[in-house]
Amino acid sequence: MSGNQSSGARSGSLGRSEAKSGLMLISPTAIFALLLLAAPLATIIAYSFMADGYLTIIPQFQMCNYIGTCASYEMKDGVLTAAKEYKGVFSDPLAQTLLVRSLGVSLMVTLVTVVLAFPVAYFVSFHVAPERKSLWLFLITIPFWTSYLVRVFLWKVILGYNGVINSALMGLGIINEPITALNYNVGAIITTLAHAYAPFAILPIFVALEKIDRSFLEAGQDLGESAFNTFRRVTLPLAMPGVISATLIVFIPTVGDYVTPNLVGGPEGKLVANLIQLQYMKLDNYPLGSATAVSAMLLVAVVSLIFLFLNRRYLRGPK
Amino acid sequence: MTFSADRPTMIEFRDVHKYYGDYHALRGISGEIKAGEFFSLLGPSGCGKTTLLRTIAGFEGISSGVVLIDGKDTAGIPPNKRPTNMVFQSYAIFPHLTVAENVGFGLRRDPRSKAEKAKAVDEALEMVGLKGYGARAANALSGGQRQRVALARALILKPKVLLLDEPLSALDKKMRELMQVELIKLQRQVGITFILVTHDQEEALVMSDRIAVMFEGEIAQLADPETLYRRPNSRKVADFIGTMNFIPCEVLSQGVDTIEVEAKGLGRVTLSADQAPPPKGGEAPVVGLRPETLTLVYPGQSTQDRTVDGVVDEVIYFGDMTYYDVYIGGTDVEVRLSMRNVPGRPILDVGSKVQLAWNPSALVLFR
Repeated sequence: MSGNQSSGARSGSLGRSEAKSGLMLISPTAIFALLLLAAPLATIIAYSFMADGYLTIIPQFQMCNYIGTCASYEMKDGVLTAAKEYKGVFSDPLAQTLLVRSLGVSLMVTLVTVVLAFPVAYFVSFHVAPERKSLWLFLITIPFWTSYLVRVFLWKVILGYNGVINSALMGLGIINEPITALNYNVGAIITTLAHAYAPFAILPIFVALEKIDRSFLEAGQDLGESAFNTFRRVTLPLAMPGVISATLIVFIPTVGDYVTPNLVGGPEGKLVANLIQLQYMKLDNYPLGSATAVSAMLLVAVVSLIFLFLNRRYLRGPK
Repeated sequence: MTFSADRPTMIEFRDVHKYYGDYHALRGISGEIKAGEFFSLLGPSGCGKTTLLRTIAGFEGISSGVVLIDGKDTAGIPPNKRPTNMVFQSYAIFPHLTVAENVGFGLRRDPRSKAEKAKAVDEALEMVGLKGYGARAANALSGGQRQRVALARALILKPKVLLLDEPLSALDKKMRELMQVELIKLQRQVGITFILVTHDQEEALVMSDRIAVMFEGEIAQLADPETLYRRPNSRKVADFIGTMNFIPCEVLSQGVDTIEVEAKGLGRVTLSADQAPPPKGGEAPVVGLRPETLTLVYPGQSTQDRTVDGVVDEVIYFGDMTYYDVYIGGTDVEVRLSMRNVPGRPILDVGSKVQLAWNPSALVLFR
């Protein structure tokens, strides 16, 4: 085959063939994302507008899983019959309480995690010798070497009735009987989640701090600002993209966390994920469980978008 | 070019030393910078010039010695409390602020009203030729514009000393030459002491009232540009600034006011004492000659200077100038000379026999 001909043909359709090969290259991940992320999500959303039957879902559009009162159907003598009633997510005080509590816990976890992660990231970025930084980051990721579940159990051991803290305090004679307020409450959830998500918050903040040209800080001081005010006026605004990433990375998954509230939350520490689990598995009400899940997702999306909107001036890229 | 030495001292170094661990970065710097002076610290990279500048700004502590600014010891005074401002090599324009916010950054604690501050910012921008740029994003600026913003941001605070850390090195040649002239004008306009760090000898010669040439943490020579160029005090300085021919020589006799030397190819020369800087020792003596002090004598021309025969070894054509490398006096000593290309001076070929004119007063003796 003539080389000239083929090269001429290629230059003519260069754009199209590049686009084609690009599509080819992303297709495995695209198919993966479609099948495993988009399809289940679409299913859940669809379920949330359907009616609940006994071990089945009845494809009949209704809004009552969100607002109003729904009926669960059962087969009676070969006919679908409304069996019992339940309230939709936004009409059910329990679901509302759990959604609000989940949001509150998640915001607290995010606040605690990001506020504690910032100094760590700052220290590693500004006060650790460059050749040691990788080592420090490596050490920060060590908690990930054990499974999430094991780490949650570790906190149970630390906070528990006969746990490390209580034993230590009793051994030192500071208290006479174990403090029960440590475990099985919202505080325990926040502690556990903040620990679990710390590296997720440290790393983006670290990256943002690393990108700050050190001459900016010198310029701040040179222009008459103290170290603190330079931090406030220069370092922090420039680190905000990292702080924003850290906030979202911690906030979004913690709203739906299921394991931690289940293990260390106690009766007062149930969150919306526990409710969803109950609705799906115990009550066999897929439409209501789906509606709760979608509601939680919307809540997260709305809060995240508001947060991004409020911080939009830090996210403007170079113009 | 002349600079009055009777102006008050703005900055004084007294035996300043700086160590980074074992590395001796500044080795006993002493000297004075006068108020209103355009002063340059010139040297190759790693000579300590930037370190010295940063000790003035307060970004580097010193290991021993004293740095005085306007008569006050700077020991323990942080950068934000010093009457100095800096134009950074990277310009350090805050990317999250607009041009006006950058320029007004240092005015936060200024007691003036908001409107007065905004006016001051506008005036500062106008001074550096960026009128109307205030609302732009700092990221949208070109290199030259960033530098102007950095200048405005520093000068708006009316510092006693403006420190410039290689401010022109990131600009292209045209822009650099333009900014050199603008900086000189700006300095005359505001009357503030400017201290420029540069590795570009031409830039230092063009812009400065006085220059300190630094090598390996020491000031090798502190002088005005003309003295530095015409009477470098060591072979190293002579070599760093411009081009100089070095011709091996022998010192025959040393008088009170004159020195008699025998230079290879040139013959016996009597030099005045000011042509012989203090001996450094350890090196074979040489005499130095700048290329532009040598000329070729074309047929039909005559010269008052002494002459020597030579053979052209290399011709380097620059358009306005031609450089010739010439073997002189039947020796293997080669000198470079530069000739302006004017009518009546055809470009010579390699191998041409030429007559070379030189003047004993242009010689400098290094020993």
